[in-house]
Amino acid sequence: MSDVVGPFLAAAVRTATPLALAALGELLVERAGLINIGLEGAILAGAFGSLLGASAGGVMGGFAGAIAGGVVIASLFALFVVWLEADQIITGAALTLLSVGATGTLYRAVYGSTGAALTTPTSAPYPIPVVSPIPVIGTAFFVQPPITYVLYLLIPLIAWWIRGTHAGLALRAIGERPEAAEVAGVRVRRMRVVAVLAGGVLGGVAGGTLVLAQAGTFAEGMSAGRGFIAIAIVVLGRWNPLGVALAAFVFGAASALQFAFQAMGWHAPYQLFLVVPYLLTLAGLAGAVGRARPPAALGKAL
Amino acid sequence: MYTERARCASSYWLTLLKSILVVIAGSVALIALMLALLLAGGYPVQTALFALWSGSVGSWYALTSATLVRAVPLMVTGCAVAVAFRAGVFNIGVEGQFLAGAAAGTAVALALPSGGVLTALTALGAGIVAGGLWAGIAAVLRARFGILEVISTIMLNFVALHAVSYLVRGPLQEPTHVYPQTSTIAESIQLARIPGAGRLHVGVLLAVAILLAGGWMFRHTAAGFRLLAVGENPAAAESAGLINVARTTQRVFVASGALAGFAGAVEVLGVTYALYENISPGYGFTAIAVALLAGLDPWRVFFSATLFAALEAGAGAMQRDANVPSALVSVIEALLILAVIAAQTLRWRARRSSAVVDTPLEVSR
Repeated sequence: MSDVVGPFLAAAVRTATPLALAALGELLVERAGLINIGLEGAILAGAFGSLLGASAGGVMGGFAGAIAGGVVIASLFALFVVWLEADQIITGAALTLLSVGATGTLYRAVYGSTGAALTTPTSAPYPIPVVSPIPVIGTAFFVQPPITYVLYLLIPLIAWWIRGTHAGLALRAIGERPEAAEVAGVRVRRMRVVAVLAGGVLGGVAGGTLVLAQAGTFAEGMSAGRGFIAIAIVVLGRWNPLGVALAAFVFGAASALQFAFQAMGWHAPYQLFLVVPYLLTLAGLAGAVGRARPPAALGKAL
Repeated sequence: MYTERARCASSYWLTLLKSILVVIAGSVALIALMLALLLAGGYPVQTALFALWSGSVGSWYALTSATLVRAVPLMVTGCAVAVAFRAGVFNIGVEGQFLAGAAAGTAVALALPSGGVLTALTALGAGIVAGGLWAGIAAVLRARFGILEVISTIMLNFVALHAVSYLVRGPLQEPTHVYPQTSTIAESIQLARIPGAGRLHVGVLLAVAILLAGGWMFRHTAAGFRLLAVGENPAAAESAGLINVARTTQRVFVASGALAGFAGAVEVLGVTYALYENISPGYGFTAIAVALLAGLDPWRVFFSATLFAALEAGAGAMQRDANVPSALVSVIEALLILAVIAAQTLRWRARRSSAVVDTPLEVSR
């Protein structure tokens, strides 16, 4: 049994890693009271950025490029939404469209029209000494690429930052009562810009993870809806980092189950599993599994 | 009475004039943008622009079979978005509602004995109902639990996508079980083509009728007025206008989904004749751009939908003939939307600073 469960869990963690990274970024944005559906675009831009970066500077260059890609999209979002006070949803949708178009065009322009498979240097799984030999758990969680371990550190770090620091309190305040926060001396706009940019960094890294730790190449539209899935994850994780990590794992497990079934030769309608996390998210919102409450100012302009 | 009618007539002409101006300005901006991007990419500009022209509106065949066939789903889904956004309902689930309509339309068309027009109408009706129900879920979630429709419709889009994927590999798969798609629907149910207009089907007439009715409703009916009032200022609509905001919002949401579902059924009955996974190349998302460029006015949606359809039809030709990536079109669409929202918010700011009370095009506000 452990020869099935271990690889299954490992696949779940592998799929969940980019989702969790992007969702943590979106969590920061949403706690600041904004919804950025341009996250999908940031992930894609990050993936493309990592391709450019990796061809210049290996894996580290790739992640630098990924961050740059995510930040480009996030800066545009901040410019339109925070500075111009444009509608968040429309801006986010436009930026995703922009990213799909720009990465597709640039990819073909830079690497030729055939779209031949380019391989990038990849970041191999690194077994952590001592814990990786533990049966099942070890192979599942501790034989992963280093970016996954970065994620493990980020989860408690962000949780602590939001709950335990002054800046984190300010972030929560502007997501709940921006007017009150403003009066109390919080620089709402500046804080929102910072949150959006942080979201862009994490979204970009998520895209970089797809290229550098998983596919080893770039493909047009390779974000494949992960930005929207990450938004679902934030909701299912009830806007807190530990919840988000668990929710990302649920989504990862649902899609890993599909491959496990195929590997076992079972013919099951795997789409049913893929749907479960979305239904859970909706049920969670509707209060079926305890009440999930979004930040009060979410989606409202100042 | 007479003056009132004269005012209405002049406002029609004004709308038409404005629409034409917007189309001209849009086309000029578009060609300028296209030129800049082509030059920046070092592509053969002349070949590319010629391909763009001949692939979209350069010939009768291109205009009808490439551009207008693509414009039909964009007109209807664009109208679905416009109606919802105008009422402050942020329906970004048009994609999922389109799929629900396409799936229901196909299922009914395949299940019923091929009885011609009546069966076709039933299939279209099934699409309308399915789209409405799919949006209805999000409408109920918003009304009962206060769930942001942005979030719930994103979830429902995924559920619809996976559901279609399941249907075409399971219950609705074609009999040989080789391809992930349904069988072709009977010829007697397929929407008739317009004589002399290539692949263009009668669905285009239905789409235009919907846009005309939608624009007319906004301008001349109490329901249209309620919808606009709720979108502009729900609190004022409730207290001063004695409008049941919750009920209006819910109805608009369902109507928007019904339109999207109708578009899906029309696409199956008029173009694809079968259901498969990628039946929508993102119509529901392009529809947002279409509706925004039209200023959320169904009448102007006709022009913006045709413009975007022409652009996408031409892009295919451009990729073929001049090796220009067709993804360039998405860049242009995105830049157009960003330009529109930047212009709108800046204009709104200018007005606000001159202390005139007005609301901008704001949806999630």
